[in-house]
Amino acid sequence: MTVVDLGDEVLPAQAAATSDSPRRWLPGNLSSVVPVALLCILWLVPTVGLLISSFRQEDLVKGSGWWTALTSPFEGQWTLQNYTDVIESGLGTAFVNSFVLSIPATLIPIVAASFAAYAFAWMDFPGRQALFALLIALLVVPLYVALIPILRLYGNFDLTGTFVAVWLAHTAFAMPLAVYLIRNYVGSLPKSIIESALIDGASHFQIFWRLIMPLSTPIIAAFAILQFLWVWNDFLIALIFLGSDRENQIIQQALVRLIGDRGQEWHLLTAGGFVAMFVPLVVFFTLQRYFVRGLTAGAVKG
Amino acid sequence: MTRVLFGVLAVIVGVGGSALLFWALNWLVDRLPDGTADRLRPYAFAGPALLLVGLYLIYPALRSIRDSFYGDRSEEFVGLDNYRQLIEDPSLRSTLINNVLWVFLVPAFCLVFGLAIAVLADRLSGRWESISKSVIFMPMAISAVGASTIWLFVYNWRPAGREQIGLLNAIWTGVGNEPVSWLQVSDGRLNTLLLIIIMVWTMTGLAMVLLSAAIKGVPEDTIEAAQMDGATESQVFWRVVLPQIRSTITVVLTTIGIAVVKVFDIVFVMTGGNFDSDVIANRFVKELFDFRRFGQASAIVVFMMVIMIPIIVLNIRNFREQEALR
Repeated sequence: MTVVDLGDEVLPAQAAATSDSPRRWLPGNLSSVVPVALLCILWLVPTVGLLISSFRQEDLVKGSGWWTALTSPFEGQWTLQNYTDVIESGLGTAFVNSFVLSIPATLIPIVAASFAAYAFAWMDFPGRQALFALLIALLVVPLYVALIPILRLYGNFDLTGTFVAVWLAHTAFAMPLAVYLIRNYVGSLPKSIIESALIDGASHFQIFWRLIMPLSTPIIAAFAILQFLWVWNDFLIALIFLGSDRENQIIQQALVRLIGDRGQEWHLLTAGGFVAMFVPLVVFFTLQRYFVRGLTAGAVKG
Repeated sequence: MTRVLFGVLAVIVGVGGSALLFWALNWLVDRLPDGTADRLRPYAFAGPALLLVGLYLIYPALRSIRDSFYGDRSEEFVGLDNYRQLIEDPSLRSTLINNVLWVFLVPAFCLVFGLAIAVLADRLSGRWESISKSVIFMPMAISAVGASTIWLFVYNWRPAGREQIGLLNAIWTGVGNEPVSWLQVSDGRLNTLLLIIIMVWTMTGLAMVLLSAAIKGVPEDTIEAAQMDGATESQVFWRVVLPQIRSTITVVLTTIGIAVVKVFDIVFVMTGGNFDSDVIANRFVKELFDFRRFGQASAIVVFMMVIMIPIIVLNIRNFREQEALR
């Protein structure tokens, strides 16, 4: 359970806000530029290596290091063949499956958690405090405990290997964090707007959809991105509940399968890696602010 | 094409279904007499969420504890046998040593690198600060499987005489050594350390973001006051800034610590737990899938919960302190 109250100001926004007044308590400029640059290069090199490899021809990928491409960049060694090959080898289907898995596994928890968050924040009922405390306590239960019992339960209902099984699992595992985050936000909305809506004769259901949901978009966006990346990047839950049926395989499973064939298929692995990373990276670069906000608000879950 | 169509349909049914469920629950409650409806409505709203955690977290936790005292098929009671087997297994020691290394080294390195970047990038112009932070943070968005793919190309090994395509071996042979099959070298836990690097690479961004925000939150006047009194820059950092971000440091260490106890994908993908690089989460998956010993697997899970307790207690205490400060 990690809860850091940082408000909204993180990463780029804050960087911009403070750039005018650099703080004076730190060493001079060059002595910070050099180490930062070194660390950044160190952090980038592995990814750049894979990216370059993914555009090189098969025999080159297998026969020489990616850095050799840098010394002779214009000798016609570049190709998109790896990408077309790997997508046709089943990664394309897996890519689609990942969307089919991830979108509901992101949206269903939002609906369920928002309703619960509203109830915990604005409705009075016996056991409210205790139930909320219980939910928070569950933040720390490692989801490994759920795998065997749920696998058996699914076995009884023939659910193993279906998307529904994985949607429900992801929804349930996301619940403690989602309810916690959304409740904190919804609970901080001004009491007066909800009371005046009630006086005007609105039902709780209407207030929820017309008032609470629109007002809560910042936290919902933050959670949605966190959850989407979590589900997209998950391998364990898919491995256990979705099984090894090639038809239903998601992208992470397909990539692990490719890694299993390594030695022969290095060129496919490079491209496959980037197909798997493509969506998270796009999300990351376009919605970084929300992602950071979600992460800092609740970095850990089972 | 049919797959995409099926996908769209599945998404609509799944998402629509969940929204419909709440609509139906609310509709049902509306049919009741006023007093009853008001009393039941909160449960209609919170019920599905609570039901899900009950089914997917509470029941399994209890069930796992029970199963850990039962045999492979969870039918006959075996007392502490599963735990005894676990402890007596000679390879367990090796696994535990690895986990201890993971749990201490990953948070520590992430903290050091994260703090360094947070502090140093703060000095750069706004544009470069956010670019450098994005670079460090980017691996957070990549899956463990994707990160492993990236690092497979760093650790790759080819027999001597062939051209190396792994970066590490290229450098290693470049300075005149024989190529090394890095991931198979367990001397000095080298392979575990190399896997740890991957996780440090992915998690440092998180440490950086949390620490950076905390550092920016340190009140300017405390720093100015110290400078007025003639404190050097490093004194300001160690004596003024660091004490004020202590609770964030705890959060960083425990957050990453909890993630590390559960580390699985990286080991599964890179070595499969072979060459003395196994970790408990991977053992669990092996017991579950390869050996189908549910009793053993449950014992491992219970064991995992138990070793997480100190981290969790630390985290909860820290959380309470923060709440109290609000």
